[in-house]
Amino acid sequence: MIGNGITKWLTGVAVGVAVATSALAQDQYIPILSYRVGPYAAGGSGFFGGSIDYFNLINATGGINGVKISWEECETEYNASRGVECYERLKKNNGGASLVEPLSTGIAYGILDRVAQDKIAMTTLGYGRSDAANGQVFPWVFPLITSYWNQAAGMIKYLGEKAGGMDKLKGKKIVQIYHDSAYGKEPFPVFEAYAKQLGFEYIKIAVPHPGNEQQSQWLQIRQANPDYVILWGWGVMNPTSLKAAARVGYPREKILGVWWAGSEEDVIPAGDAAKGYTSMTFNTPGNYPVLDQIRQKVYAAKKGNLEDMSRVGSVYHMRGVTAAILWVEAIRKAQEKYGKGKLMSAAQIRWGFENLNVDEARQKALGAFGMFPTVKTSCQDHEGSGAVKVQLWDGKAWKAVTPNWVVGDKAMTRAMLEKSSAEYAAEKKITAGCMAG
Amino acid sequence: MQFFLEVLLGGLLSGVMYALVALGYVLIFKASGVFNYAQGAMVFFAALTCVGFSEMGMSLWLAAPLTMLVMVALALATERIVLRPLVNQNEITLFMATIGLTFFIEGLAQLVWGSQVHPLELGIEDVPLQWMLDRTGIAVSQFDLIAALICAILVAALAVLFSKTKIGRALRAVADDHQAAQAVGIPLQYIWAVVWTVAGFVALVAGLLWGSRNGVQFALTFVALKALPVLILGGFTSVPGAIVGGLIIGASEKLAEVYLGPMVGGGIEGWFPYVLALGFLLVRPEGLFGEKIIRRV
Repeated sequence: MIGNGITKWLTGVAVGVAVATSALAQDQYIPILSYRVGPYAAGGSGFFGGSIDYFNLINATGGINGVKISWEECETEYNASRGVECYERLKKNNGGASLVEPLSTGIAYGILDRVAQDKIAMTTLGYGRSDAANGQVFPWVFPLITSYWNQAAGMIKYLGEKAGGMDKLKGKKIVQIYHDSAYGKEPFPVFEAYAKQLGFEYIKIAVPHPGNEQQSQWLQIRQANPDYVILWGWGVMNPTSLKAAARVGYPREKILGVWWAGSEEDVIPAGDAAKGYTSMTFNTPGNYPVLDQIRQKVYAAKKGNLEDMSRVGSVYHMRGVTAAILWVEAIRKAQEKYGKGKLMSAAQIRWGFENLNVDEARQKALGAFGMFPTVKTSCQDHEGSGAVKVQLWDGKAWKAVTPNWVVGDKAMTRAMLEKSSAEYAAEKKITAGCMAG
Repeated sequence: MQFFLEVLLGGLLSGVMYALVALGYVLIFKASGVFNYAQGAMVFFAALTCVGFSEMGMSLWLAAPLTMLVMVALALATERIVLRPLVNQNEITLFMATIGLTFFIEGLAQLVWGSQVHPLELGIEDVPLQWMLDRTGIAVSQFDLIAALICAILVAALAVLFSKTKIGRALRAVADDHQAAQAVGIPLQYIWAVVWTVAGFVALVAGLLWGSRNGVQFALTFVALKALPVLILGGFTSVPGAIVGGLIIGASEKLAEVYLGPMVGGGIEGWFPYVLALGFLLVRPEGLFGEKIIRRV
């Protein structure tokens, strides 16, 4: 373990140092703004490790129609200013960045205007501004799969089904315990709209960052005695919440977490207190042929990015693989239009992102059938799905609770994002419209 | 009334956990006049090292003493490499050195043991005491009660060390004046190594308790944020002050969060203790139990 830790550092996690990994100008170059040290390193190493594993798999199997992927990694430590610095440092290397994914709301906000100026597509898989799904206002941003608002809508849909029907939520009490930040407050409009529409009582309880002490919040929850608690946490706040719930005797079966509270790293530290806890996810837990290929062709060739192969298929790793699949599919889609086997420009890849169609047949071909919801994007819809699943922690592993993908009231969230993005467009003096291919 | 008591008790017990971290600061400040910014990092390093050893197959009873040896090595290295060259430098220089030490220890911990989050099981269940819940309706965690007991034992031991032993008197002499202490034959290097070792031990105890509560992860370094208002309130040089400060901060932040928080949108627990500590600073700059500083001008 000690050796592995040192090896990992020596292979490229020195703070703020960009590490080149076979980045050549004739390759499709992707900058990796990763975080493998600091408070959120556990999630960052899993996610970016998963993405790099998939790149290695693609390269080992002939590239994207012959075009290999190369990447450079820069350590952000999940720090917004460092993330912006990394972006600026890497964006022009090796012929220019194909796309960027910071996996951090702070960094994403920091480079939001820059990616539009630099004409580089930015994906924000499962985080960031929900209204960025409107590609007419945010042509360079892709909150792929499911935004926070659609996740929140999916949560209420699931709780409604659990209660025996949406009408059964009337008179119920739902508490949202949230990280006291823009991230934690992002779903407020959705829950407030649902509370009004369905007639349940919605109580918000804030937890100040970092959330390593929550006695008073959970005593308030115990006193309120809600039917359900929605845990909208991040980092240490999540296991602390589960532990504090156990401490005041609140059943974990009634807690439903956001997907950033739904990884192994969120529940293992809580031990037995996490048993029976459910969370949202945009990946169905389990094994898939693509993960087996990564084990057989990447790890067997000693090119695996994670020091511990047992982490392949963990929540964060699977998210990283999913992100990389979508990036590669966007490049593939762009090649279909602009020339198979050719290097694609960032603008061409943006078009690829806007015309993604990863349906069930394509998922089967990729060995990822059911691993994530089908994704079909357009200029109006940069999210491409809006579907979620619920998973349960049984003390050892995550298990899917909902066999099918759950979709909330998308008409409601669409109206909200239209309004919000229109306000953003007015503030920034953006003329909304679809970009030409 | 029952709910008020529940919040108050929960706050007092949380305060004991804060005091445990604050103790490490007090020890070093008391003996060397240095505000050791690295105490939070030491808590993280100690807990991660102990979990690392236990994940290598050792029992906790073996892993903890081994970790203590590592903490002794860290204390000796700190004294030799960081402090000794800075003897008789002013306090801000020593403080800056501990800031550097913080980042070094944080990096070293992740370099050696990796960045994964680890569970830590001490065998103490973190659930409400059932008999108390049945009789009074008040939920008090048995983990918190045992943590409070451990803290009380630690404080008693430290109080004896400081007031009743030769080394304790030497520690206080060094804290008063490095040069004068050296002039009367007190070995400064030895005293500093001892005090950093004791602070390492306190960090290990705090790390194990906090790690068992929230998991062993980088966020353990943040518990230091909880200790600062405790120190301001209790005084930087008083062991009992750390405990009383911890109790006041713990209770007041919980009561404020529950009763004042809803009026302003909640989430005040993070900054309320600092406001309280600032208020105390205005009235009693040396803290409740701190030594009054009188300077001739």
